[in-house]
Amino acid sequence: MHVKLPAMSPTMEEGTLATWLVKPGDAVKPGQVIAEIETDKATMELESDEAGTVLSLDVAAGTDGVKVGTVIAVIAVEGEEASSGTVAPRAGTEVPSETGVAPQVKADAPVPQAAAPAQAAAFDGPTRKQTVREALRDAMAEEMRADGAVFVMGEEVAQYQGAYKVTQGLLEEFGDARVVDTPITEYGFAGLGVGAAMGGLKPIVEFMTFNFAMQAIDHIINSAAKTNYMSGGQMRCPIVFRGPNGAASRVAAQHSQNYAPWYASVPGLVVLSPYDAADAKGLLKSAIRSPDPVVFLENELLYGHSFEVPEGEHVVPIGKARLYREGTDVTLVSYSIGVGIALEAAKLLEADGVSAEVLDLRSLRPLDEGAVLASLKKTNRMVVVEEGWPVCSIASEIIAIAMEKGFDDLDAPVLRVTNKDVPLPYANNLEKAALVKAADVVAAVKSII
Amino acid sequence: MVRGLALAKAKGAAQVAGKSPAIEGRLERIPEVERHRPTADEYRDFYRMMLLIRRFEEKAGQLYGMGLIGGFCHLYIGQEAVVTGLQSAITPGRDSVVTGYRDHGHMLACHIDPKSIMAELTGRAAGISRGKGGSMHMFSVEQGFYGGHGIVAAQVPIGAGLGFAHKYKKDGGVALAYFGDGAANQGQVYEAFNMAELWKLPVIFVIENNQYAMGTSVNRASAEDQLYRRGESFRIEGLQVDGMDVLAVRGAANAALEWVRGGHGPILLEMKTYRYRGHSMSDPAKYRSREEVQSVRDNKDPIDHAKREMLELGYADEAWFKACEQEIRKTVAEAADFAEQAPEPELSELYTDVLVGSY
Repeated sequence: MHVKLPAMSPTMEEGTLATWLVKPGDAVKPGQVIAEIETDKATMELESDEAGTVLSLDVAAGTDGVKVGTVIAVIAVEGEEASSGTVAPRAGTEVPSETGVAPQVKADAPVPQAAAPAQAAAFDGPTRKQTVREALRDAMAEEMRADGAVFVMGEEVAQYQGAYKVTQGLLEEFGDARVVDTPITEYGFAGLGVGAAMGGLKPIVEFMTFNFAMQAIDHIINSAAKTNYMSGGQMRCPIVFRGPNGAASRVAAQHSQNYAPWYASVPGLVVLSPYDAADAKGLLKSAIRSPDPVVFLENELLYGHSFEVPEGEHVVPIGKARLYREGTDVTLVSYSIGVGIALEAAKLLEADGVSAEVLDLRSLRPLDEGAVLASLKKTNRMVVVEEGWPVCSIASEIIAIAMEKGFDDLDAPVLRVTNKDVPLPYANNLEKAALVKAADVVAAVKSII
Repeated sequence: MVRGLALAKAKGAAQVAGKSPAIEGRLERIPEVERHRPTADEYRDFYRMMLLIRRFEEKAGQLYGMGLIGGFCHLYIGQEAVVTGLQSAITPGRDSVVTGYRDHGHMLACHIDPKSIMAELTGRAAGISRGKGGSMHMFSVEQGFYGGHGIVAAQVPIGAGLGFAHKYKKDGGVALAYFGDGAANQGQVYEAFNMAELWKLPVIFVIENNQYAMGTSVNRASAEDQLYRRGESFRIEGLQVDGMDVLAVRGAANAALEWVRGGHGPILLEMKTYRYRGHSMSDPAKYRSREEVQSVRDNKDPIDHAKREMLELGYADEAWFKACEQEIRKTVAEAADFAEQAPEPELSELYTDVLVGSY
């Protein structure tokens, strides 16, 4: 039996083979832990679910970046010719799966693929490589060090170290008065956070995913967003609602919605949705410092991706888009994970001689209309790339802006390339068909060039 | 005043569960609740406040009828003893108050200028929310009044959050979170109860049971209509209080504040009260009889009751009551004149205060 590195969470792509607990010639029993695998979120134990004898270990202990699906060992299974058996990962002390259930993944299960991250634009000073997850954590930790009124609350943020490990290490540094595990009670703790903000604190409320924030949306909109206006400017609500948003991988419709258009339609909210680690850090710091309620939309598939992040203090202003890639023939406007897809499309287009500019909105409310219009003026063609539904989307809004304020600069209709207009399906092929992809962007660009 | 069955049940639970420190802590009894014994000055202040709320609300009703107040307008008439008794016991500036949409009385009891409240009702620039909030959405950071919330029960987790902030800042403050018998059926109330007790937040939850959630009586909407027991499964002590007697309310407030300030976590007070007017100005009130309302007015009115007792105690004479009435009527008339004459907001105000920051 070939033992392949299994995906230990819906979004795992690679891992480190930390330790082998068996050696060639050892007999193994079903349920015996044979190795420890480190993912970017946790250390997991790998169990054999067959009885047999270890024939070979094919990946050395300490090897980084082992892709999911790589053969890591061969076991001669009792009473069976060498065949493709299964190995189930067993959860260690930390379970990265959001449900808390160890994923039982077939070793040959399809590996979820996120859009390949492109290299970010260069920064002036020194930088270091960080995952989006680490950048978000650093942003919170830095702001918590600077301001005693900042605290984090949410499900599993403290002792569990974060359902997606974004709050890793915060409990140890700041203690349980400032890193607060809540019961599963989104409506309640969103409201409690709003009250704490009105009472003079600066809460960061983590939703395990924004899909669950639907239970709390009344407080986000009615209590947080509207109060400053309704109070004639006296009742502030400096709060950050943050968490993963949009499709993850194979978690189906109830766990896969992009709420950016919903929140971005609400006056009184600031809505941010970064793509890379530098913006994740810089914008989250701005969000925490903002005197306004901020909805901060992250993306689970991006958490593990690494980007260059400036060393030291790095703050990104709210309301400014980022020109991620310069081009002359067409502008691809996007945000969050869509930026990766746009960059991938830009590369494909380059091979065909089309120069695409990529504009990362990153701030959805306020929206940097000036940057959209300036790029349109330069390229005269625009395609909006959005990992979300097409109807009443951010793409719809960009199209409206282009038509109302950039009509004379348009050489072609602005197109939107989005997910299909259906609840996201579970089946691998259907999910792929429903999600926005670079090939769709290329096709759209070619139709207007 | 009824002490909760809650306590007996909790004791049983403690025996089963053994020596959990949380449960042992729970067995500490709240201090005995005694009807407050006011000084003459105190009782006069209570009376004056209740009368101010009554006359203010009557005037608001008149202005509504004249078309000067628009939208929804929920009057507090009949319930005056509740906020008067409770808020006379707290420390303005240290403690915080939050309530729902029937909020005029709570604001007056926070000693907020009646002119700025009435001007908000008429939608004027001088209103406390600059004319942008109206009857249901008023706030005063200065006086520790955190709204004025239009979504039924939203103020309950917000109140728990205010308590969280008091505890976090260690400022010794207590949050008073008021809600009605209707709001008591919202799920988020229990989410807030759970966290408030779990984290021992300094919050007094006050159910103003005025018997009707809009047009639905408590026993038509509540499987457990003894609302002071609604905290039981969260181990929150509950007390039922005669909300038509300002001294009973103040007595309960004293006990509740001592309990909460002692670090015991939240407490639940059910104030049995009654509203004389409809749910809002547009309520024809067909769900109850005129006789029912009249009977409460005749027999239970909190202001009449206080007056009788003050006369008996010799705390005030008829001349004092007459002078008090004149003074209050003058205050309210001035507020109404101000609210009528103050200019509407400038049109440029349309776009102010959407966000605080400039981006």
